Amino acid sequence: MNSLTFKRHLIESFKSLKRNGWMTVAALSAVAVTLLLVGVLLSVLMNINKIASDIENDVQVRVLINRGTSKKQENTLRQNLAKLDEVKSIRYSSKKQELKDVIGSYGKEFKLFSGDDNPLNDVFVVKAKKPKQTVKVAKQAEKMKYVYTAKYGGASAKKLFKIVDNIRTWGIGISLLLLFVAVFLISNTIRITILSRKDEIGIMRLVGATNGFIRWPFILEGAWTGLFGAIVPIIIVDFGYVWLYRILSASLASTGYHLLTPGTFLIQIDLLLILIGIIIGALGSGLSMRRFLKI
Amino acid sequence: MIEFTHVYKKYDNTTAAADFTLQIKQGEFVYVVGPSGAGKSTFIKMMYHEERPTSGKIKINEFELDKIKNHEIPYLRRELGVVFQDFKLLPRMTVFENVAYALQVIGKKPAEIKERVEHVLALVGLVNKADSFPSELSGGEQQRISIARAIAKKPEIVIADEPTGNLDPGTAEGIMDILERINQQGTTIVMATHNSTIVNERKHRVIEIESGKIVRDQQEGGFSEHE
Ligand SMILES: Nc1ncnc2c1ncn2[C@@H]1O[C@H](COP(=O)(O)OP(=O)(O)OP(=O)(O)O)[C@@H](O)[C@H]1O
Ligand SMILES: [Mg+2]
Repeated sequence: MNSLTFKRHLIESFKSLKRNGWMTVAALSAVAVTLLLVGVLLSVLMNINKIASDIENDVQVRVLINRGTSKKQENTLRQNLAKLDEVKSIRYSSKKQELKDVIGSYGKEFKLFSGDDNPLNDVFVVKAKKPKQTVKVAKQAEKMKYVYTAKYGGASAKKLFKIVDNIRTWGIGISLLLLFVAVFLISNTIRITILSRKDEIGIMRLVGATNGFIRWPFILEGAWTGLFGAIVPIIIVDFGYVWLYRILSASLASTGYHLLTPGTFLIQIDLLLILIGIIIGALGSGLSMRRFLKI
Repeated sequence: MIEFTHVYKKYDNTTAAADFTLQIKQGEFVYVVGPSGAGKSTFIKMMYHEERPTSGKIKINEFELDKIKNHEIPYLRRELGVVFQDFKLLPRMTVFENVAYALQVIGKKPAEIKERVEHVLALVGLVNKADSFPSELSGGEQQRISIARAIAKKPEIVIADEPTGNLDPGTAEGIMDILERINQQGTTIVMATHNSTIVNERKHRVIEIESGKIVRDQQEGGFSEHE
């Protein structure tokens, strides 16, 4: 195909979109709704996955220091902790700092605990070298002097690991299912718009158009439908995600787990939605018109 | 060159063509006449391969239609200009685009297409309807667009199924003038018609079909046998 013919097909596909009127609108809406579903579910699943791996890779043990322990004693404890083979780093966080974190994630009401009313402990935040060692580090720290208790992110982790594993397996399953549904819905809508044009395709054959010549504008039209149909879902997903991210990341801050940052993640989702739209749109129309090309 | 050899066409319970054997040479002008339901359209549809014969051989120029492959059919149709009995205009395209389509299909350049389309629309007297859609046209206007589309690419063979069926006598004469003029330039014309006046006044070869049989094939014939 030379560039002249391609240009002709391109113009033709746009004209056809315009002249199809409500058919185009119907196809666009179907694509938009489907892609919105895909976008939302994908964002949720990918974030669950992210937090799951955050939890899995959590090497942090919080060693709470007895209240009333002196600076000197705290230093002794620090040295003892540092002696453990599995420990990679130790960071001190005063109870003042701890309260700030709490206020940050749970709200200003907690401000009334400031000053002498602060019920929190000073904390050594200890990082193990490997996630699996957190349990051991916590147990050893708990036995040490001046230690009130030692918590590791995975306190509830064993159970969580199982849940997370399940979510992951299910997530992949649901994504595949959704993708299948998307393919089905989009190509079906486009098939219906093409069915209504069966006679047209027949006439094109009768006046000597090759199948390729007939097919290209339809394929392009399908691709446009996919592309334009992706715009609204992209806008909703992008704004919705940024909004939710702001709300959720504040409350997640103290846990040390993070949602995927909107920037690159959203660009990936956007591109994926566009890609799904275009490919399914083009394939849907290309394939569903095949049987009309035999006249 | 159009060649039918022992061609049969059977629909469920009608035989629309029984043992058609004939030749139409390049440059001939042929009327196909006969009562409604005789098999004229079937005869014509088999030429551009919309209908396939039940048995027998058809040859159109270099194409042997019993052996033609699906992807070769468009190239057969490019050598033919067809005026369909039901016009077959593309409903979503304007008059201009409908005629242009037949030229785009064969890869003509936009400038040439514009010139050719304007020329044939002027021939059939519909330049002012160029931007209308088929649904906005009268039956006779649609028919003339179908004719314009068929002749725009200057095909070697023009096959017309009742090209004057919806036209007043004056306009019909105008269309006949066009067809005879391109015939004089060497184009084969095969034309099914019910119009006795035209057949009797502009004498050409007449093939008469009755209930699926060729009952007469006469040079310079009249609309019926003894005219
Ligand atoms: N697709 C079809 N299926 C079944 N029968 C058909 C089909 N097409 C045509 N026929 C039958 O074949 C016979 C010939 O039809 P055809 O259309 O060739 O007639 P015609 O001579 O063109 O008639 P008219 O002058 O009315 O256009 C008719 O009896 C018709 O009913
Ligand atoms: Mg007929």
